[in-house]
Amino acid sequence: MTLLEERINRGGATSPHLQVYNMFALTSLLSIIHRIFGAALFVGTLLFVFWIGSAAAGPQAHDFAMNFLGSWFGYLLIFGWSFALFYHMCNGIRHMTWDTGRMLDLKDVYLSGYVMVGCAFALTLVAWVVGLSV
Amino acid sequence: MALRSALGRARGLGSAKDGFHHWWIERLTAIALVPLTLWFATGVISVAGADYATFATWLGKPWNAGLMICFICAAFLHGKMGMEVIVEDYVEPRCVQVAVRIFLNLMAFSLATVSVVSVLTVAVRG
Repeated sequence: MTLLEERINRGGATSPHLQVYNMFALTSLLSIIHRIFGAALFVGTLLFVFWIGSAAAGPQAHDFAMNFLGSWFGYLLIFGWSFALFYHMCNGIRHMTWDTGRMLDLKDVYLSGYVMVGCAFALTLVAWVVGLSV
Repeated sequence: MALRSALGRARGLGSAKDGFHHWWIERLTAIALVPLTLWFATGVISVAGADYATFATWLGKPWNAGLMICFICAAFLHGKMGMEVIVEDYVEPRCVQVAVRIFLNLMAFSLATVSVVSVLTVAVRG
């Protein structure tokens, strides 16, 4: 019995799961990372709520949050957050281009994949260079 | 004016009947989030490491508070919808899936509300 048949028999989800693809072709890898980063950003909203909520709690709480976010661990979280955000945004634009029916052949999908990853790295780099210099 | 035949409309709806709305709102929030994310990034960078007074002055400007609330609403709605798609794809059995979806909705709604109230608190109090 195939994996799909097994799932249908159980009445479970029939969406293709990760293991049915070659996970390390550029196309599928970028798609899987898009989803993982999307979920990570949803969990990462907790960091945003911590930041904005502590500001609402007052100057002392804001100082405490700033000290945490300014620590090496805080920087690590924000760095991951920022890269995931820029990646998901750039790949989101790629997805919405596909939704209009454009750039769907394999050559364009690979090309836009490389461009998207380049843009995500560039935006993260620019954000951190500017952010650390002000 | 509806120029589509009954069959055409039925085909458009598909077997799930209500999937298009979810798909469309996810795209709509995605479109909104492109400029909002770029604004958010530049805004946060401009107050990175600033003390409370500077941050409160920045967030107290109506455009900043307004756009921050737009960002919060679009981001939590988009995130909630994306998580629902992931959960539909991978979480079994059905009862667990429904429980996770309820949790996701409550989490997104409460965190978004807390965020919006926080923005207003800082913006109004200064």
